[in-house]
Amino acid sequence: MTYLIQGAKDDFEVVIGLEIHAQISSKAKLFSGAATEFGAKPNTQVSLVDAAMPGMLPTINAECIRQGVRTGLAMNAEINKFSVFDRKNYFYADLPQGYQISQFKHPIVGRGLVALDMGEGKTKNVGVERIHLEQDAGKSMHDQHPQLTYVDLNRSGVALMEIVSDPDMRSPEEASAYVAKIRSILRYIGSCDGNMEQGSMRADVNVSVRKLGEGLGTRCEIKNVNSLRFVRQAIEVEAQRQVDIIEDGGTIDQETRLFDPVKGETRSMRSKEEAHDYRYFPDPDLLPVEFDDAFIEAARATLPELPDVKRARFTQELGMNDYTAGVLVAEKDQADFFEALLAALVALTKKDASTIAPKASNWLTGDLFGALNKAGKTINDTPVSAQEGAELLALIEDGTISGRIAKDVFEIMFETGKGADAIVEEKGLKQVSDTGAIEAIIDEIVAANPGQLAQYRSGKNKLIGFFVGQVMKATGGKANPSVVNQLLKPKLDG
Amino acid sequence: MTGLTTLKISEARDMLAVGDISARELAEAHIAAVDTADGLNAFIVKTPEVALKQADAADARIKAGDAKAMTGIPVGIKDLFATKGIHTQACSHILRGFKPEYESTVTQNLWDDGAVMLGKLNMDEFAMGSSNETSYYGPVKNPWRAKGSNSDYVPGGSSGGSVASVAGYMAMGATASDTGGSIRQPASFTGTFGFKPTYGRCSRYGMVAFASSLDQAGTITRSVRDGAIMMESIAGFDIKDSTSVKMDVPNFEAALTGDIRGLRVGIPQEYHLAGMPGEIEALWHQGIEWLKAAGAEIVDINLPHTKYALPTYYIVAPAEASSNLSRYDGVRYGLRETGEGGGLNDMYDATRAAGFGQEVKRRIMIGTYVLSAGYYDAYYLKAQRVRRLIADDFKRAFANVDVMLTPTAPSAAFAFGEKSDDPLAMYLNDVFTVPASLAGLPGASVPAGLDASGLPLGLQILGKPWDEETVFKVSGVLEEAAAITAKPDLWWR
Repeated sequence: MTYLIQGAKDDFEVVIGLEIHAQISSKAKLFSGAATEFGAKPNTQVSLVDAAMPGMLPTINAECIRQGVRTGLAMNAEINKFSVFDRKNYFYADLPQGYQISQFKHPIVGRGLVALDMGEGKTKNVGVERIHLEQDAGKSMHDQHPQLTYVDLNRSGVALMEIVSDPDMRSPEEASAYVAKIRSILRYIGSCDGNMEQGSMRADVNVSVRKLGEGLGTRCEIKNVNSLRFVRQAIEVEAQRQVDIIEDGGTIDQETRLFDPVKGETRSMRSKEEAHDYRYFPDPDLLPVEFDDAFIEAARATLPELPDVKRARFTQELGMNDYTAGVLVAEKDQADFFEALLAALVALTKKDASTIAPKASNWLTGDLFGALNKAGKTINDTPVSAQEGAELLALIEDGTISGRIAKDVFEIMFETGKGADAIVEEKGLKQVSDTGAIEAIIDEIVAANPGQLAQYRSGKNKLIGFFVGQVMKATGGKANPSVVNQLLKPKLDG
Repeated sequence: MTGLTTLKISEARDMLAVGDISARELAEAHIAAVDTADGLNAFIVKTPEVALKQADAADARIKAGDAKAMTGIPVGIKDLFATKGIHTQACSHILRGFKPEYESTVTQNLWDDGAVMLGKLNMDEFAMGSSNETSYYGPVKNPWRAKGSNSDYVPGGSSGGSVASVAGYMAMGATASDTGGSIRQPASFTGTFGFKPTYGRCSRYGMVAFASSLDQAGTITRSVRDGAIMMESIAGFDIKDSTSVKMDVPNFEAALTGDIRGLRVGIPQEYHLAGMPGEIEALWHQGIEWLKAAGAEIVDINLPHTKYALPTYYIVAPAEASSNLSRYDGVRYGLRETGEGGGLNDMYDATRAAGFGQEVKRRIMIGTYVLSAGYYDAYYLKAQRVRRLIADDFKRAFANVDVMLTPTAPSAAFAFGEKSDDPLAMYLNDVFTVPASLAGLPGASVPAGLDASGLPLGLQILGKPWDEETVFKVSGVLEEAAAITAKPDLWWR
């Protein structure tokens, strides 16, 4: 479905490109040994280098280089065996060196490609222009004192990857799907935790509009958007703003803007007159980064199965439908849980994975996700583990409990954290499949309801449901429904 | 006590080893000498307590048989080397009150070898200057005066305090730094031996940065042998400096064999400057004759891009400096002036206006300009290309020769104020030292003679990358041949 903005005169298309800043999951900063933990007290994770003390020198953290290469590989990108760190010069209170060390002319990763799943089996390819490594700045805190600004340098020097897309997206949904996909890939390979609330991933969104068939319009960059929802909202309001200006006969100024989610608008951050001249030049304190094919291959060898490949395997080998597979692989933790659940279930039941996979995925996406959602929890703090879930499903498979009882057992598991076996044992929920016992109960029920029996025999076949219900009630739901059905019909038919 | 302060490092080392003198005696003599020389303004901070403590530790170490060559040797430290808990301000007002929590690798190497610190030495602000007149703490006076004159001369720069402390018998050696000639030119002006190693031989960790791709630590001493001893102590790979190189440090002193027979000495023809004083040309010629007499082969060579070296240097160095000095912003340490208006930009403006001297401001502005959009390609990028051509000149020439011999500076020491209002005249001081700096080569200035008025003149030896040993060897031969006996009279005492 094409996303078009209907102006008063013309229809406009929106063109979107994104720069995603992702914090590299690394214990130390990009050029110093200081820690990077989130939420530490201000200025407790600052080395002499991060504070730009006189005579201090940056030294490259090889782990950050490796994670940059892994990220490039996961996005099918060219890896540059020669890259250079440059200085981006500007003054700000939370930028201790007076420059940010970044990569300008020679980034570590070149062109790549990311495939987005747009539903109904449709995919959309988005080009990655480059990925470069850079330092984060510190944080200015303007709300601690009426006159003064405080500076926290904990983030100063933290390693970031800037992932720059081509202007390939044409709707807010595509843009948020792209961010979600990048986030998914980063989390799969562990190069970034993708936590947008804590700021370890944020996006600068470049938006322009054009009449259909025309060349690219002037773009505005919306800085530091930190959720998928805000990405969509920011694009919607910014595109509309630009269309309104153009239709009023105005022109778009290329500028940096800020999205205000409360007011639902974007605002200009600084005008062209204040635009920085960053005076990029190669950082003379650092040598160019050079590595060989062996380094790249070693990095490649550490990549896990990526979401696109996993999804194909789920649909092709496990016969999972495309939608469910998409849901499961979107989050690595969910996919991992599913695979653990399936493996445990196969081990317990000795059944074939493809046979039993639908039951596992149904239970996971239906029962567990539903319960987690209701409880405000995620798969990472689920009270029911994959192994425990498999034990529950195995009890259904071997006929120990019915699917109906299983739902009650699961509720108790979720609340108490107890295992399925223990709950079934404790509450006496074991399914009764003993034909003698069930037959005796059926005889009692039939004898006690002569009126219903007569009606049934006069043609009201549906009344069999009434009798099944009575039997189940009498057995506390434990009677094996198929055994009940099997025994009941001949009795009723006489 | 004068006897102890005129000793060379090599002599003191040998006397300390056999117990003829103690490190404490040596330290006390030098502390006293420093106190008599306030008029020279070489030391901006004195650290006698530190010196005595280190001297006692050195004596214990010598007694225990654990001494190194520098153990017990009193030295001065240029103010741009970070010394833990001690004034480190690159002689700039903007670092007012700054005492680092860390030690530079170069000075740490000295302390590890048992050297004794007398204090921090004056210098041009942020090492930007060739006369030590840009220091926030005022100029250093050259211990040398013209014959029969009471006028003062500049000591050269930027390591003016380093050379004055050594030429004036206050310190046996001093650390220095060379970006475009800041070791060699002042050594030439004061009759001292100045040595700048290959870029990457010494760690820059803890050295206040001027121009990172050029800055290199080195030494000032009263003899070539002392230079070899002290260089061996401060040099070495450091994981904290990505541009330091992982190579073993040779025994530099062992290179002083005096035997240069068959060695090929290049004489770059482009260094014959029009208008250069005749006595500089004459001294250079004398140097050639000395080396020839010692068995070296003299080869005329060409370094065709020499004339572009100075303009190239004065683009590259200010460009890097403009960025390196951005950290002095009043936010975290040093001077802070809040300025009118009370905003962040007001603070930057007021702090940097008050904190930096004229020459530093000039270079920040030049550097900012050459990196700006629209000028970058024409200036910075072109300068980088020319820098490569200059390095290629040397590479090509060194395929054919082992060392080069040139004058160190185009003149002897000059009077205060003579060039301080004319930046271009001042910059010309570095005309012979800058090319090797751009190429990262090792170089030395060896005292080789006196001008007509009795002021010292030096000759420069340049070597191949990492071949400091040959530079030392040839320097030693030159020193012996020159056999200079003249000394500054101790007029300031």
